[in-house]
Amino acid sequence: MRNRFLKLAIPLFAVAGALLVSALLIMVTGRDPLIIYQKMLSMTFGSDYGTGQIVFRTTSLILTGLAVAIPFKVKLFNIGGEGQVLAGALAAAVVGIVLPPQTPPFAAIFICSLSAMMAGSSAALLAGWLKVRFGVNEVISTIMLNFIIQAFAGYLLTWHLALPSTVHTPEIIHAARIPMFDSVIGIWHKSPANFSTFFALAACLAMWIMVFKTTTGYEMRAASMQPDAAVYAGINTDAHIIRAMGIGGAMAGLASVNLVLGYKHFFEAGLTSGIGFMGIAVALLAFAHPFWIIASALLFGFLEYGGLSVNAYVPKDIFMMVQAVTILMILVLTKIFRRSA
Amino acid sequence: MNEAAVRLTGVSKKFGELWANRNVTLDIQQKSIHAIVGENGAGKSTLTRMIYGLLSPTSGSIAIKGKAVRFNSPSQAIAMGIGMVHQHFMLIPELTVTENIMLGDERGRLLASLKKTDASRKIRAFADSHALAVDPDAYVSDLSVGEEQRVEILKLLYREADILILDEPTAVLTPSETEQLFATLKSLQLKGKTIILITHKLDEVLSISDTVSVMRKGEIVATKTTASVTKSDLARMMVGRNVLLRIEHPLETPGKCVLKVSHLSVTDRKGVGRINDLSFEVRAGEIYGIAGVEGNGQRELLDLLWGMGEQQYRTSGSITLDGTSLRGMNPAEIASSGVSFIPEDRLKHAVITGFSIEENIILGRHREKRFLRFAGFDEAGVREYTKSMIDRYDVRCDLRSNPPLGSLSGGNQQKIVLAREIDRPDLKMLILAQPTRGVDIGAIEMIHKKIIEIRDKGIAVFLVSTELDELISLSTRIGCLYKGSIRHEFSSEEIRKGRSAELDFEKEIGMFIT
Repeated sequence: MRNRFLKLAIPLFAVAGALLVSALLIMVTGRDPLIIYQKMLSMTFGSDYGTGQIVFRTTSLILTGLAVAIPFKVKLFNIGGEGQVLAGALAAAVVGIVLPPQTPPFAAIFICSLSAMMAGSSAALLAGWLKVRFGVNEVISTIMLNFIIQAFAGYLLTWHLALPSTVHTPEIIHAARIPMFDSVIGIWHKSPANFSTFFALAACLAMWIMVFKTTTGYEMRAASMQPDAAVYAGINTDAHIIRAMGIGGAMAGLASVNLVLGYKHFFEAGLTSGIGFMGIAVALLAFAHPFWIIASALLFGFLEYGGLSVNAYVPKDIFMMVQAVTILMILVLTKIFRRSA
Repeated sequence: MNEAAVRLTGVSKKFGELWANRNVTLDIQQKSIHAIVGENGAGKSTLTRMIYGLLSPTSGSIAIKGKAVRFNSPSQAIAMGIGMVHQHFMLIPELTVTENIMLGDERGRLLASLKKTDASRKIRAFADSHALAVDPDAYVSDLSVGEEQRVEILKLLYREADILILDEPTAVLTPSETEQLFATLKSLQLKGKTIILITHKLDEVLSISDTVSVMRKGEIVATKTTASVTKSDLARMMVGRNVLLRIEHPLETPGKCVLKVSHLSVTDRKGVGRINDLSFEVRAGEIYGIAGVEGNGQRELLDLLWGMGEQQYRTSGSITLDGTSLRGMNPAEIASSGVSFIPEDRLKHAVITGFSIEENIILGRHREKRFLRFAGFDEAGVREYTKSMIDRYDVRCDLRSNPPLGSLSGGNQQKIVLAREIDRPDLKMLILAQPTRGVDIGAIEMIHKKIIEIRDKGIAVFLVSTELDELISLSTRIGCLYKGSIRHEFSSEEIRKGRSAELDFEKEIGMFIT
C-alpha cells in the first residue's frame, strides 16, 4: 500500500521539483516562467501539429525506454540504446531500399521492422554474451558498442550508401513506408506522427505480459531480485541475461522503424539524435514498468518538443536540464524513502 | 550491593505498529554472566541494540552503572564501557589482527604515525591473560572463525569495555571452541567484567550463566537465577506451552541405496583439496546425518549434490542417484529427477523475499505442468495449492493481504520452504542443510516431525547440520566429516544407545570432527 503510494508520489515529486528548478533557470534568463510554460503548452498540446510532434517523439521514447527497462528486470543497465537504434535504422533503411518495389506493403513493413529489430538485438546480444562469457560489465560494453556502431554507420553512409553530395541514403520503397496519421485519418496535420505508435503500444502490452504473466518473466524477476536464490531454484540466470538484452535491443531496433519507415524514409547522419540515451531516463522515471513507460515517454516527449517550441525565447538546453534533474531527483528520492521505510 | 551494570526501566520499542519490546524492566548485575534467551523475533536483538545505542527506545529509560543515559549512537555506548560482539563479525580480512583492533580507535591525529608495536604488545598481554590465543600480527583472512571471534573480544578489551554483549556467540563455533570461549568468559567475569549473552541454546545458558531472562513477544516473562531452572522450564517459558524437546522416534526400516557417493575428491580454484576420497551411501527411509565443523567440505559436497560445483571445482569420483550419475546435471535436472534441497542460507538461497508467498511456494517447481496455463501460470490453481500447503504446514500468515515473504518470521518462512520441497512430486531424496538454523523452538518441533514423517514414507534424507543434538535426535546413521572425508560413521545401534546419554555422545562425536 505504502509502496504503491510511493511509486506514484516519487515521480510526481521529481517532476514537480524539476519544473521548479527550470522555472528558476528561466527567471535567470530574464523571462517569466509562467508565460514560457503557457507558450509551451499552447504550442504543444494546444496545437494540432504540436500534439502530433509529441506523439511522434513519445513513440520512439516508449521503445527506447523498453530497451532499457527489460534488461533492467535482470539488473542490467543497457546504455547501448543509442547504438542499437542506429543499427536498427541502418538495417531498416538498407532492407527498405533493396526490397523489390512490388513487395506487398504488409510484407515490406514486416520485413523491414524485423530487420531493424534483429540488428538492434544483435548489438545488445553481443554485450549480453560478453557479460555471461567473460564477465564484462554491460555498461562499459554497451557504451563501447555505441561508439563502434556510430563509427561504422558513419563509414557506411559516407563511403557506400549516401547519395552524392548529401548525407542521406536513397529513399526506401513506397510499400515499406508506414502511413502517417495525417494522410490516413487527417489528424495532427503535417506532423511526423505515424502508425508505428501502435507498434510501441503493442510492445508495451507484450512486455507487460511477458514480465508479469509468463514463466519467463517470473524467472527473470526472480533472477533480478535474488540471483543466487534463482540459481538454487534451477533458473538459468545466464540465459535470462542474454534473453533480456536481446529483447531490449530488439525494442531499440523497433524504435528506428518510427524514424525510418514512418517519417524520414531514408537513413541520414544524426537521425537518432539521442533518443537512445533518453530511453534511460524514460525507464528510470517509470521504475521500468512497461505501462508507466508510456506516461514517462509522454512527459519526455513533451519536454523535448516543448523545449524546441519555445527556443526563440529561452534556450532549449534548459529543458534538457529539466530531464536530467528529474532523473537525479528520482534517484535521490527513492533512496530517501527506501531508507525511511 | 552495587548499582546494576545495566538497568532498564519500562523500556519499549515500537516499529510502526509492532512492539518489538514492551515495557521491559531488567537489572543486569555487575560482574555477572546474564543470559537472555527467547525465540527468534522475541525481541532479544532489539533490546541489546538499544543498550548498545544502535536504536533508541520509544519510551522508558536505560541506566548504566547508576547513570541514566540516552544514547544516540554506539560511540556513546562505547564511551560508557559497553562493547558488543555481533553475530556477524565486523573485521577486515586484508588487515592484521592489530590493525583491525585499532581500527576506529587509532588514538592519534590524522596522518600521525600509528603506534602499532605498542598496540600489538598490549593485545598480546590481553590475549595471554584471558586465554584468547591469537597472533596479533596475523592477517585476519588467515584466521579460523573461533580466532576471529577472539579478535572481536580483544577489540572490546582494548577499548576497555567492561560490559560485554555477545550475540549468539557459539553459533559458529565447534564444541571445543565453545568450551574455550566459556573459559574466557569465566575469566573475564573474575576480572570484573559484566557479560550479557544472547542465545537460543538452552544447554549453554545452563552451563555458563548466573542469571537468565526469558523473552517472549517483546516482553521479559521471567528472570531467574540459572541454578533454579531446568531446560524444559526455559523451553516452556520461551514458547508459552509445553514443548517436546525430543521427538518421537519410531524405528526406521531402511531400504535400498538411493544416493551413492564414491571416491569423491574435490579441489577448489586455488588448488586446495576440499573433499578427499569421500564415500558414503544414503538408503531409502533413513536419515543420514553429516556432523562436522563448518569448512570441512560440507559446502563443496552440497554444491556438487545440487549441480552447482562442476564449474567451481576440479572434481573426481562419482555421485549417483538410483544408479544415474548426478554429475554434469544442473539444479533443474537434479530437481526433476526427484531431489529436493533446502539450502542453509534461507534468505539468500531458498526464497525470494520480495516475492509473495504464492510465488515462493512454486519457486523451483514453477515448471511443473500443474501450475501452468498457456505461457503463464494457472493463477487460481497456484492460489488453491498455496492455501492447502499453508493449512497443512501451519504457516501463520494473512494470505488475503498478499504479504511479501520477507515479512514472515523465520520459522514460517522455513515452513514454506519445507512444504514446497517435501511436496515435490516423485520425491526420492531430500537434502537438508542446517534446516532449523534461525528457527524458533516451536517451529523446530514441527520441522523435525515432518522430517521423520517423510523418512517413514521411504524417502532418503541427507542432513547436514552443525547442531549435534539435532543430528542425534534425527539421524539413522551419522558420518563425521573431517577435512573432506568421513572419519567415522556411527551406526543406528550406536546412535540409539547414544540418545540415552546425550552429552557423552556429543563429546564422542566432537572427537571425530575436530
